[in-house]
Amino acid sequence: MRLTVCLLLLAGTSLAATSTGGAGTDSVTLGPAKFESVLPPAPGKRAVALASFRLDRRPVTNAEFLAFVREHPRWRRDRIPRLFADAQYLSHWQGADRLGESALPAQPVTRVSWFAAKAYCESRGARLATWYEWEYAAAAGPAVADARRDPAWRQTILNWYARPSSKPLAAVGQESANYYGLQDLHGLVWEWVLDFNALLISNDSREQGGANRLKFCGEGALSTADRDNYAVLMRIAYLSALEANYTTGNLGFRCALEAS
Amino acid sequence: MNIGTSTLLSFLLVLLLSMTTGCTRSSDDPAAGSAVTDTGGSASGDFGPPQGEPIKAVLTSPPDVPPPLNRSHPAKVIVELEVRELEKEISEGVTYTFWTFGGTVPGSFIRIRQGDTVEFHLLNHPDSKMPHNIDLHGVTGPGGGASSTFTAPGHRSQFTFKALNQGLFVYHCATAPVGMHVANGMYGLILVEPPEGLTPVDHEYYVMQGDFYTVGKYREKGLQSFDMQKAIDENPTYVLFNGSEGALVGDKALQAKTGETVRLYVGNGGPNLVSSFHVIGEIFDKVWFEGGTRFQENVQTTLIPSGGAAIAEFRLEVPGSYILVDHSIFRAFNKGALAMLKADGPENKLIYSGKEVDADYLGDKAGSLTAVSEAVMARAQGRLTKEQQISAGKAQYTGTCSVCHQGNGQGLPGVFPPLAKSDFLMANKRRAIETVLNGLSGAVTVNGKQYNSVMPPMSQLTDDEVANILTYAMSSWGNQGAAVSKEEVTQVRATTKRAEGAAE
Repeated sequence: MRLTVCLLLLAGTSLAATSTGGAGTDSVTLGPAKFESVLPPAPGKRAVALASFRLDRRPVTNAEFLAFVREHPRWRRDRIPRLFADAQYLSHWQGADRLGESALPAQPVTRVSWFAAKAYCESRGARLATWYEWEYAAAAGPAVADARRDPAWRQTILNWYARPSSKPLAAVGQESANYYGLQDLHGLVWEWVLDFNALLISNDSREQGGANRLKFCGEGALSTADRDNYAVLMRIAYLSALEANYTTGNLGFRCALEAS
Repeated sequence: MNIGTSTLLSFLLVLLLSMTTGCTRSSDDPAAGSAVTDTGGSASGDFGPPQGEPIKAVLTSPPDVPPPLNRSHPAKVIVELEVRELEKEISEGVTYTFWTFGGTVPGSFIRIRQGDTVEFHLLNHPDSKMPHNIDLHGVTGPGGGASSTFTAPGHRSQFTFKALNQGLFVYHCATAPVGMHVANGMYGLILVEPPEGLTPVDHEYYVMQGDFYTVGKYREKGLQSFDMQKAIDENPTYVLFNGSEGALVGDKALQAKTGETVRLYVGNGGPNLVSSFHVIGEIFDKVWFEGGTRFQENVQTTLIPSGGAAIAEFRLEVPGSYILVDHSIFRAFNKGALAMLKADGPENKLIYSGKEVDADYLGDKAGSLTAVSEAVMARAQGRLTKEQQISAGKAQYTGTCSVCHQGNGQGLPGVFPPLAKSDFLMANKRRAIETVLNGLSGAVTVNGKQYNSVMPPMSQLTDDEVANILTYAMSSWGNQGAAVSKEEVTQVRATTKRAEGAAE
């Protein structure tokens, strides 16, 4: 399985459009930083070192993704091979290059596969954020860089998890910004990360068999690293349920890039 | 000497007899669990390849159970179970986002036969926020299917297993954090019938207990969120049968008739609590404890572990309402663990008479309450005197008012105002009646001293009782007032409003 994904990854890269210019102007610089992830990088090691990087302030919108699809028609829903996106890819759009009523321009784009998200970012000369980058950025509360110990902050995240996605999504940028000026990391959509398929080796989170597995599987991470951080753990569980061509109605993305 | 020998002989005889009886009982007793009646477990559960066309399993929502299979061969059975995340009522006016197998809590009931090959499909609805999977305790294999069914929203998974062990098994979601998925209602039951099936009964019902953890208090209105800390502390807000306080009461109560036999498939999803399952007014004729192969007979309360189940069977002899409870009893009366079974049919007074005698038993209060009965009788006959009212009022004052205002009417300085020689009490009869009926809170000045406390409404007292108590208080400890009549109290009650929560 892992091998397949790697091969597909290469294919996806070659298929992706060439860069059309740098990162979005609306992004912020974070790091360099050391922080403690819920997924320890190595046995006995907690701290993760992050180089400086830039991250989009908001998730990519339907309007932005429409522009990308129009410029790169191979990513239209009627032309994309099933290998790169499942049958639900952009299925809420009215047409292959039209948004319509159930996909408003300012809503975050959803029903996009990892391949499509990655190609979009690459078309901008950017890339998807890594899990550690995303986790670091999303650990911030409104006023502090690390709100992970704040029960009230955790509860707001859990409250969003508890609501089904049956209602239309809000437009991006409605929520107040976090400590870094980033918006919608929590409470709007799930987001793809570059290394989503390296997060949870086992599909059964209760297995704690091998030594290496312990560090990656959900409950192992929960018990060894930060047992209170179930809000982050649930995001890892979500990402690990995905395949790279999957799309869902509440999964979007934002782009990142090395800070030069 | 003679006596000694005969005693010894009869002792030996008794010993011999008891040994014989003991042997006979153990070999005949089906519940004894000896090797003779061993079913062979999973090693004897494979009856070969599935025969005939694949069968789509009948799934039912609680409290219904799919019909008996009546099948004599192993089959391929297709089960399609859809995960839905739904906001539903957990108590009246209180909603909660449940994560469900099949749209209900507990999830759909699955019924298969030992030796069946089950092709299991797990569908996660596109509106779901979360990925989910399923661990069926009736599956032999690592994870019980969990790792084979990990499914993102808008996707589906499939795996196949052979049901090697008979019994009643729990299934549940095992996605991290497992406790939260279970606490949100992700559990249900799968019955694996023995090859010969189960004895027919008149009714089969599906009941499953679960504990729920909300940020708001018990019965706090509105949409309630899951409270992880309460779940970790194992301190549930609700303990419920079938996922809602109203799931099995009133019109939705389980139904049966007298003379009929009822079989309950009872599960406990947890995530935390062990259930002391009991039906008030019934004795289980048989309990297949832990959902296994053996039954125990004549059981009052059976323990159902979290992630476990039991089958309970009983025959209804007498009509009426039978209440299903978790006999860890505060859960029943303060957290919602109540359900109801209504039995219709003719009374059988030889088995249960109903109430035959309803008379006063006053114990050591007999003396003091005689005055009350006398006053009631006198009033009925239209010859009630002020003295009788005072005597009756004194007895009732002792039971109701003296805790605060004291037996001598002096109150407690600074806390409870005095009634003795009280300018506040004596100034206005109507206000005095109002105060008893509706309570009084906030600052009042009594005999020149200020009091600021709360008197609860005493509207549970009858008009008679209020009249007697006030007549007593306004004619005692130096007070010299007129009698208060029942009619005056009736008039005040009719023209003032009770506080919220007070008795009418």
